[in-house]
Amino acid sequence: MLEKKLITKHIGVIDPKSIFEYLRLDGYKQAERMFDMSRMDIHDAFETSKLRGRGGAGFPVSIKLMAMAKESTQPKYIICNADEGEPGNFKDRYLMENNPHIIIEGMIIAAYATGASKGYIYIRGEYDKSIDVMKEALQQARQKRFLGENIFNKRFDFDIEIRRGAGSYVCGEEFALLESIEGKAGRTRVKPPFPTSKGLFGKPTLINNVETFATLPTILEIGGEAFAKIGTPSSTGTKLISLSGNVKNKGVFEVPFGVPMRTIINELGGGPLEGRKIKMIQLGGACGPVIPEYMLDMVIDFDRFEEFESKTGAGAIIVMDDRQDIFDVLKRVSDFFQHESCGKCTPCREGNLHMLKTLHKFFEKTATEKDLSLLETQARVIHQTSLCGLGQTAPTAVISSLHYFRFSFLKRIEDRLEEANYAEN
Amino acid sequence: MPKIKINNLEVRADEGTTILQAAKEHNFKIPTLCYYPDLDIKSDCRVCVVESVGQEKLVTACSTPIYEGMEIKINSPRAQNARKAIIEMILANHDANCTACVRNTNCELQNLSDHLGIVHNRFETIYEKKPNDTSSPSLIRNHSRCIKCGRCIDACKTIQDISVLEFSGRSHEVEVGPAYHKDLADVFCTYCGQCSTVCPVGAIMEKSDVEKVWQAIDDSSKHVVVQVAPAIRVSLGEELGMQLGSIVTGKVVAALKMLGFTKVFDTNFTADLTIIEEGHELIHRLKNGGKTPLITSCCPGWVRYAEHKFPDLLENLSSCKSPQQMFGALAKTYYAQRESIDPKDIYVVSIMPCTAKKYEAIRPEMSVNGEDPDVDAVLTTRELAKMIKQIGVDFDNLREQKFDKPDEVTSGAAAIFGATGGVMEAALRTVKEVVEEKPLEKLDFDTVRGYEGIREAEVEIKGETLKVAVAHTLANAKKLAQDIRDGKSPYAFIEVMACPGGCVGGGGQPYGTTREKQRDRIHSIYQVDRLMKIRKSHDNAAVSNLYSSYLGDPSGELAHKLLHTKYTKRS
Repeated sequence: MLEKKLITKHIGVIDPKSIFEYLRLDGYKQAERMFDMSRMDIHDAFETSKLRGRGGAGFPVSIKLMAMAKESTQPKYIICNADEGEPGNFKDRYLMENNPHIIIEGMIIAAYATGASKGYIYIRGEYDKSIDVMKEALQQARQKRFLGENIFNKRFDFDIEIRRGAGSYVCGEEFALLESIEGKAGRTRVKPPFPTSKGLFGKPTLINNVETFATLPTILEIGGEAFAKIGTPSSTGTKLISLSGNVKNKGVFEVPFGVPMRTIINELGGGPLEGRKIKMIQLGGACGPVIPEYMLDMVIDFDRFEEFESKTGAGAIIVMDDRQDIFDVLKRVSDFFQHESCGKCTPCREGNLHMLKTLHKFFEKTATEKDLSLLETQARVIHQTSLCGLGQTAPTAVISSLHYFRFSFLKRIEDRLEEANYAEN
Repeated sequence: MPKIKINNLEVRADEGTTILQAAKEHNFKIPTLCYYPDLDIKSDCRVCVVESVGQEKLVTACSTPIYEGMEIKINSPRAQNARKAIIEMILANHDANCTACVRNTNCELQNLSDHLGIVHNRFETIYEKKPNDTSSPSLIRNHSRCIKCGRCIDACKTIQDISVLEFSGRSHEVEVGPAYHKDLADVFCTYCGQCSTVCPVGAIMEKSDVEKVWQAIDDSSKHVVVQVAPAIRVSLGEELGMQLGSIVTGKVVAALKMLGFTKVFDTNFTADLTIIEEGHELIHRLKNGGKTPLITSCCPGWVRYAEHKFPDLLENLSSCKSPQQMFGALAKTYYAQRESIDPKDIYVVSIMPCTAKKYEAIRPEMSVNGEDPDVDAVLTTRELAKMIKQIGVDFDNLREQKFDKPDEVTSGAAAIFGATGGVMEAALRTVKEVVEEKPLEKLDFDTVRGYEGIREAEVEIKGETLKVAVAHTLANAKKLAQDIRDGKSPYAFIEVMACPGGCVGGGGQPYGTTREKQRDRIHSIYQVDRLMKIRKSHDNAAVSNLYSSYLGDPSGELAHKLLHTKYTKRS
């Protein structure tokens, strides 16, 4: 079995709209049991699990939890980042619509472990169904007194509110998300301070991805050590993969870390369409690297992916076959970022438009060698100097292409020269 | 004290400082743009990026704290190239027609571009010319020059707590301005001009009266008189290349004569007059159970703020006009009569450290004949410096001259109007001595001096304790005003100045005015006071003479007509 269903095990088995069915499969059991554990034991479980954040950056979850638990300021907030706007990603929606209670349970566990009293789920505005399902699930949990005052009949208060995004991609970035919840325009903040010390309304705040919260009950269930045995030494547990593009079966699949991408594409995705060959994939979404087919034997692993000067992303694999033009892809990606930049810092605000203009020249075969060096400067400067993750990863596709598809860039320059020669004669 | 390395030099720096602070401590000047000493760290422009060895990305010096063993390279090719590229990007979206800009040779972006050796821009020019916002009587906003550093937004928000300016839009279409793209005149802007002093380029500046003034000077039918505000004499020098805080009173007079003004007068004269009128008002209110606390009204930014935000407190405001407007009213009545000149031929120019004074001058109630403004043109410190440069005056070497007679007599009390707490101190000197009918033992009221945002003091007058307070910046004024509204204010008298440091930090003062510079100017102002023969407004014989020969009694009928005003509820 290639798939390993830990957080998706309920899906297809239960009706997501019924808390009873979730309860029947031992749902909310870990949250309830947790109150009999010491906070130290809970933290130990997360620490030994070596769980890393599933939103893209892969930051060790226990460090954040611990930092937040140590803060004495009240109130503290828990935020579930469900602003899934990254093109090619749809696993958070899949979880919310099919297994909402596991997310709520995870948030309750995180709240207790850190001493937070209020939670928010910030959901992408276009996700109507997710919002409806989550709302209903919250209502059911409240009725069961899993949320509200003295939850589980213990002396602990915690409730969750849903906030709907308003269509800005950057609000998935944690600081922009905080600003948005506070009612301000979605623009990032300068750091430090980090959210665990000064986050929402200036209070300690823990922000994690939907999938991260959904993983917490499992860790308490099977224990940190058992969890750490799944996956690879640097990336433990399972990962939801959003597989899309030129493959036969698109969808969300839960696999343990360490599985080669080629296996996912061929076995779960059914491989390329008839008569087509895979040319390249984009990993993680628009902010991820474009890599050639010959690198598909790479395994899904946080550390392995760092060589692209980028992170795993949230686990998207966008497959592109031999019909796709790399410059078309880069132009679309770059256009996306020059539209979505919040405009706060210079390199991202100004640089993305310039990068798009240079890419246009390659697309239209009017680029020169100077443009190639300009593109390299633009991409590098945006990546190295932008304020937040959006800007830093906006040129990842270009930087990786300049590395793996350099020949294509040179070919375009050559084509221009040939066409010019032809015109002259 | 952590040990760090900057460009291979081992140095020590204080725990918790940023790279920028540590570097400055050791005489490295890392280029910055959005950074401004008195404002919050934004780290938006990314110009101050440096290499922190071992980190893949560059870090901003302004926001990154140092740590033991940190190794910083300010000038690695990677950092230099990035810094250059960032400036090039900014220039590509900026109307860089430098010679046609008010900030030419005095522009932070121009300087940076020069220092970084940018001789040509690798990035395609993408800026689009947009129309200027000229709607306000005080300020002009030039969108095509704005580089979105956010300093003006910060000044409006953190110094004044007003937030008229904000970012709108996103990506390269981001704009700075009032919400919903409104014009400045259509939103609640006090015209304090703090935004213009912090702007690194020529994107926001005073609405210039320079041309108008040259025309008037050239018009032989006009009798052009000019008045000089207290704060100008300690700030104009630095705008003309002299040392910070230089006292240039006599040189200003000489320069104004060279520019061609017929008569050069001192606003300090009407500042003394203000103290007599306001002092009487205070004594009257205290004796007769009038509305207290009495709040000063010399600052037009504050008056406009109160009219908008605290219309219920307008009765607390002193009805006295500001010294600028008292001067204007007298110039077109008393002075015209004395010199036998048709008031219509008198053209009054003010030199003010302030952009809101331009607005004050055109308020309809500031006209004694109901038609023409009492003050015809207002020039900021910066505009006057421009005019002096235009005709090529060797300012530094000018021989000092005296203000024109007979109204050249002024007091030290008037001189300190330019510093926060100055009006309060000047008023206390007079009120205490007049009420107690015996000479003051000590002239300096140290408790109202200083730089704290809100200062309070208790003054013994004839056995009774008078509680007073001083606030500078509108953010601080708001706190005191809110207390009055809530019935919690214990004070009898409050001084408010809209700008930090008072008029020495006015919106018309030299670009790049900081707290540190304000302090230097304040220091000089108290020095001016100390050197004066007369240090109390009521000892000014010229003022007494004005009352006996023309105005009659303080707060009398004519004094009321010419020297007092009314306010309008604006919300």
